[in-house]
Amino acid sequence: MRGKSLFQKMAAAPHIVWAVMFIVAPMLFVLYFAFTDESGKFSLSNISSLSGYSNVFILSIAFALIATVVCLLIGYPLAYFMSKTSPKMKKILMVLIMLPMWCNLLIRTYALMALLDNGGLLNTFLENIGLDKLYIVGSDFGVILGMVYDFLPYMVLPIFTAMTKLDHRYIEAAADLGCNPIKTMIKVIMPLTASGVISGITMVFVPSISTFYISQKLGAGKIDLIGDTIERLFKNTSTYGVGAAISLVMMILILISVWIMNKFSDDEGGIVI
Amino acid sequence: MKKFLSGGYIFLIFALLYAPIAVLIIFSFNDGGSLNEFTAFSFAWYKELFADEAAITALKNSLILAVLSSVIATVIGTFAALGLHHMKSKVIKGSIKSVTNIPMMNPDIVTGVSMMLLFVAVATFIKANNFMGFGTMLVAHTTFNLPYVLLSVAPRFTQLDKSLSEAAQDLGCTPSRAFFSVELPEIIPGIVSGLMLGFTMSLDDFVISHFVSSPNFQTLPLYVYNQTVHNVKFSMYALCALIVAIILVILLAVNFAGSISDRRSKSARKGGATK
Amino acid sequence: MKDNLVPDSNVIIKLENLTKSFDGERVLNGVSLEIHDNEFLTLLGPSGCGKTTTLRIIGGFEEPDEGNVYFDGALINDVPPYKRHINTVFQKYALFPHLNVFENIAFGLRLRKESEDVIRESVKEMLALVNLKGFERRRVNTLSGGQQQRVAIARALVNKPRVLLLDEPLGALDLKLRKDMQNELKNIQTKTGITFIYVTHDQEEALSMSDTVVVMENGQIQQIGSPTDIYNEPENAFVADFIGESNIVDGIMLSDYKVRFSGHTFDCVDKGFEKNQPIDVVVRPEDVDVVTPDKGMLEGTVTSVTFKGVHWEIIVDINGFKWMIQTTDFVAEGEHIGLYIEPDAIHIMNKSEFSDMFGDYSSFSDELDMLSDPTEPGDEEDDDE
Repeated sequence: MRGKSLFQKMAAAPHIVWAVMFIVAPMLFVLYFAFTDESGKFSLSNISSLSGYSNVFILSIAFALIATVVCLLIGYPLAYFMSKTSPKMKKILMVLIMLPMWCNLLIRTYALMALLDNGGLLNTFLENIGLDKLYIVGSDFGVILGMVYDFLPYMVLPIFTAMTKLDHRYIEAAADLGCNPIKTMIKVIMPLTASGVISGITMVFVPSISTFYISQKLGAGKIDLIGDTIERLFKNTSTYGVGAAISLVMMILILISVWIMNKFSDDEGGIVI
Repeated sequence: MKKFLSGGYIFLIFALLYAPIAVLIIFSFNDGGSLNEFTAFSFAWYKELFADEAAITALKNSLILAVLSSVIATVIGTFAALGLHHMKSKVIKGSIKSVTNIPMMNPDIVTGVSMMLLFVAVATFIKANNFMGFGTMLVAHTTFNLPYVLLSVAPRFTQLDKSLSEAAQDLGCTPSRAFFSVELPEIIPGIVSGLMLGFTMSLDDFVISHFVSSPNFQTLPLYVYNQTVHNVKFSMYALCALIVAIILVILLAVNFAGSISDRRSKSARKGGATK
Repeated sequence: MKDNLVPDSNVIIKLENLTKSFDGERVLNGVSLEIHDNEFLTLLGPSGCGKTTTLRIIGGFEEPDEGNVYFDGALINDVPPYKRHINTVFQKYALFPHLNVFENIAFGLRLRKESEDVIRESVKEMLALVNLKGFERRRVNTLSGGQQQRVAIARALVNKPRVLLLDEPLGALDLKLRKDMQNELKNIQTKTGITFIYVTHDQEEALSMSDTVVVMENGQIQQIGSPTDIYNEPENAFVADFIGESNIVDGIMLSDYKVRFSGHTFDCVDKGFEKNQPIDVVVRPEDVDVVTPDKGMLEGTVTSVTFKGVHWEIIVDINGFKWMIQTTDFVAEGEHIGLYIEPDAIHIMNKSEFSDMFGDYSSFSDELDMLSDPTEPGDEEDDDE
């Protein structure tokens, strides 16, 4: 091929400069703040103080894992059934599943809280028919419910996309080779939609583990997750060291798990869950 | 029977998914200040919302920020995609892409605090007091828009048929003219979708903005957050209902347009598939 | 080498000692060639032989590492494609998807700022030439492969190039359409008088369309000649094997007109070799007569018989070397037969790097042949790559 023009060579330069200034540098500042004390000297005190937050970490991971598993258990069959509907229905369902995604998270969380609140519609209804009130808001269940409610579409959409892309001939071939519907599901459909599942899991787990608005609203401020801790440390104090250390750990945790997930799906073209 | 069950399941989940939103929309028209009793239909909360100057300003700010950040990100990202396309070293290409994707992979809260730390450090360095505001928001939004632009535009470059440019040159175009007359039309759909993606991402963002904003410059999500920190405000119901309605209209419009172009390309493929 | 097959015409393109490497791998190794006005010249060879690279150098899309390209006597190494009076029909057409048929064809004219009237007239004329009248407003991706092909040809020809380059233009078409397009291309070439340089891996296509065939392999030209020359007098074992079916055996030139191979001394029509010089002998399957063992020059056992419609294709084992023979008389598998070869059916070639690589049919099967040739037309994967 003939020589590249200078323009072509330099086209990426502004982007590289931008990325270094506003993606790499901020990450370096997280590192810097995590490993220095207030006077700017190297220190491990922030890192060692993390042990005091181990309960918060464990609780957040547990909540996020539960929410992710519940989303998968609800979302996978939903995506499967959705993919079995008529093309026109599929289009409608697609819009319906995307609408909440484009709707701001604050709004959806707020709407759910308004419905479930102690003085909300659900409890009024329960009272009217003579049942006990459900104190969902402010409970662990409420927070997990909030995560599932907010992030379920993010689980369904990638799986649904993978399902619709699935070549129907594979299913026929499996049946031809002697698979009953259940075996077809396990041996063909699941492995072939694994990439959708992987991105679904990532898209639910990452925001779940880092949320603070859901726990503030549906936890009524009683439940403290990593997100709440970071938010408090950055918005209400002016010493950022501990917050930076927590962010760093969370980032590393997430990047490692995302990397492992991608590795899995890349190597084998899909995994069996 | 099977069909009935699966249909019922779909209905149930979607009903649960939409129940809170439906309740919110219905009660935004409720006259009284009650969440559990619909007394009378009224636009009272909508009137209050539109009388709220802070809300209108926040909306304006959101739109300005979304337009500017998505346009800047699209310009930078499109040139980046062009540059990456012509870059030989796979290692450099890969590392640039990975770095760009960090804001997309990272939880928003980490991106938010990392940018906050950068701005705080710069502010300390130049001894500025009120550093956060429109500028920092614009930088942050442009940054998290970049991976989406690159993700939409870069594949368009790789999918480009190299012989298209060669054919144009063969017919008398200089290389740069060939780019504008035959390659750009192939790339534009990617640029448009990158721009739109960036625009919606920016409009929607709350978490990152939360850490790099000041009370002087509020976007709509920040305004909603501040209004809902403590008490239930019914004008927020009205605002949410409006936003849901607008998004529904846009989604339907996009999907309708999409199905038309889908059909067109499908029939095109049928016509061309006589191999 | 037999140059100047079209003796009275000018040399329009001259390639001088071209070499080219990609990532350290040499794809052209000293290619020199003269192409004449009005000539239909085909570069023929298997994939990776350097034919497409040669074409791309002529088109200006690649620069040679060494060597020169002349157009009308002027050096054009540094002339970019858009300044050459050469147009190309690309392998997968490269029609501009955002333009309709008319605008695709008008593309080059618009660049030359022709008037709207001229453009309309020329496009109309071209559409008539390629039998696509009335297709002006169609989008190119609604056209069939054959129609896209015609648009690509029209788009190139409308610029009235001195030379038209065609890079495997029929590769993506099915067999029937390919045959039709071959005729049509040949007609267009005759009608317009433009020099065609045609790249293909299909030997049949090359033989039936070209004035001159250039057989390439390993980045080098193996033989230049008319289709009949190439078929009847292959220069080496590669050419003999690549063009048609051939039995290629080791032999020794005893003296002029006397050659010994397969344990028998034959009369032949070749001369000018040294005494007892080792050579390659090529005998085409259709040139061997099947006779009774006592009347044959060679004797062998039939190991396989395949019915091919017009003839039978049989494999005969002669002292462990398998010959392919085409005969119209049925012989049974296992039968002992004699073979008779006329002197003019024997063609003598100098030994080359390709000796002993081809010519034995011991592992022969049609299917295997197809599988081992990834460029076989109709191979879906190749087309979609």
